[in-house]
Amino acid sequence: MFKNTAVRMIAALVAVGVFSGITLVFVYNYAMPKIQTNVKAETDRAIRNIFPGASRIESTREEDVSRVMDARGGLLGYAFTAEGNGYQGCIKLIAGVDAGLSGMKGMEVIESQETPGLGAEIAGGTFKEQFKGLSIVHPIEYVKNRKPQKPYQIEALTGATISSRAVVNILNRRIREIRGLLKGK
Amino acid sequence: MKDFIKGLWRQNPVFVQVLGMCPTLAVTTKALFGFSMGMATTFVVVSSGVMISAIRRFVPEQVRIPMFTVIIATFVTAADYFLKANFFQISKALGPYIPLIVVNCLILGRAEAFASKHGVLRSFLDALGMGLGFTCALIVLGAVRELLGAGTVFGCRVMWKGFTNWIVMLLPAGAFMTLGFLVGIFNIVDKRVKKGKKQGTAAADRR
Repeated sequence: MFKNTAVRMIAALVAVGVFSGITLVFVYNYAMPKIQTNVKAETDRAIRNIFPGASRIESTREEDVSRVMDARGGLLGYAFTAEGNGYQGCIKLIAGVDAGLSGMKGMEVIESQETPGLGAEIAGGTFKEQFKGLSIVHPIEYVKNRKPQKPYQIEALTGATISSRAVVNILNRRIREIRGLLKGK
Repeated sequence: MKDFIKGLWRQNPVFVQVLGMCPTLAVTTKALFGFSMGMATTFVVVSSGVMISAIRRFVPEQVRIPMFTVIIATFVTAADYFLKANFFQISKALGPYIPLIVVNCLILGRAEAFASKHGVLRSFLDALGMGLGFTCALIVLGAVRELLGAGTVFGCRVMWKGFTNWIVMLLPAGAFMTLGFLVGIFNIVDKRVKKGKKQGTAAADRR
């Protein structure tokens, strides 16, 4: 009798497992290409925001770093993803630097869980604008409650120093990495 | 029909049963997010309810919970992929809360309490009612929080120009406060309705 129930239990669980597996294969096949297109479209849009003149975006041998060209094939700079910890969870950015790695072209926030109205403003215009043309010869620094004095300084968001600092740290670390990667070639 | 109606009001999953609080509190910063979360949950509760009701005679009692969970997880994953493929921005905003529908006790609760004991049609109506009741509650919660926290509802500007946004409404504290007030209002209205009904029957008796 026991054996019988055991067999029934196993059969039922296997049946459910098989059904679930088959269903998910179909769903996956339907959704995956679309999801990849979405992710790529988002990245492309961010890169085009950072490099308004971009006409071709080529991936390099390094993952997550792409070469951005203008219409005549001239190198505008490099775009890359960068991520790290923010005030709440992960912040994911796409940033661009010029071809000589001396200044930033800008950055876009792709993902963040920062506090609405405070830290979430890192994705807002005024904060973002500061990164356009920011010098990266020196590591980026932030100042609080006053106008930046040096070309490599930005003004932190009032009430969201941690989020601002997180962005600065993420960028500094990643720019250092990128410098190493591109020099290696 | 009764099976359908009860989820909307008398047994409303959010205001009466207080089930599925995690998504209720977490994603309702905007009415649109509440709506999307509600629709995803409705889809899962309806399809898993129908499925479980259909196979209920073949489910050995000892392993029913794992079987229900696998079925629910399958539909949740399907819903998650569907949102990611077609509503990318919404899916990003809802983040991990879509996969977390798996552990929404509303769904397993309905499977266990209703779908595993009743026929397909009744289970379908029950699940649909519960799902829509959940969705309505989430939309109301989201609309109130969005209105006070950002001055908009479904992204449309409602408040006057000089309105200061109550950012606290977008934070977790705002979710709890709004839910508390809404449950309170719900109970007051519910009591009034019940009292009205009683007086109505009493009056009819006297006549």
